[in-house]
Amino acid sequence: MMNNENELSQHFEITGGDFSKAGKTSTSIKEILQEIGIDPLIIVRMAIAAYEAEMNVVMYAQRGVLTLNITPEKLRLKLEDEGPGIENIDLAMQEGFSTATDEMREMGFGAGMGLPNIKKNADKFEISSTPGKGTSLNIIICLDKKG
Amino acid sequence: MTLKEIKELLQAEVITGDDCLDMEITSAGGSDLMSDVLAFGKPGILLLTGLSNAQSVRTANIIDAKAIVYVRGKKPDKIGIELAREKGIPLLSTKYMMYTACGLLFSHGLSGVSRLPHKK
Repeated sequence: MMNNENELSQHFEITGGDFSKAGKTSTSIKEILQEIGIDPLIIVRMAIAAYEAEMNVVMYAQRGVLTLNITPEKLRLKLEDEGPGIENIDLAMQEGFSTATDEMREMGFGAGMGLPNIKKNADKFEISSTPGKGTSLNIIICLDKKG
Repeated sequence: MTLKEIKELLQAEVITGDDCLDMEITSAGGSDLMSDVLAFGKPGILLLTGLSNAQSVRTANIIDAKAIVYVRGKKPDKIGIELAREKGIPLLSTKYMMYTACGLLFSHGLSGVSRLPHKK
């Protein structure tokens, strides 16, 4: 964990296909935010966004790195994954659109709610993807206003 | 409604969290789809689900759900039970189907987290 006066940053590595560990990273992120004493409603929003992002890596990508950045003004979560990428981002952002397999659905996921739900919980959400290479997400939740 | 009342109404078995039965529950939601729980769940709810893998407990923990009732006699796996113990989330299991379990709780005053707009 990198730590200076005004900023805290931590990286988490996620392995694609490893369903047994799916959700561990987001649970750790939630615990970090709880330890710092962030508003519980903001923690839930970030925890949901992190969990959805983590599950996307587990379900679709080979590997990914989540980076949590905390400053007095905002929480930022960056995801960079190596995987198939997303052909049509507009379609992926539509609720209900999903390319999930039966295995993913048996885990209770793959309903096509993930990316729209991340966007809903974020104050700022950016997504970019290169098919065949991977996907990047940038999720920001502001701390200086009531969520 | 306390968790103890919920346990009795649903004739449920307590899998873990025997010491938490005084917990007050004010709303609930039922789904087998964790994607939907993450999208529509609210902090503090009781989660009713038929999904018995560890993701049900992880999802409950992420959204700050207070407790889980497994329907249709389902029981979580070992990893799920361990995680629930660690996070202090009581787990119950009832033989009732989802519809009946939800109906019993709702008809005894436990409200849901419906997002339908109120009609004027």
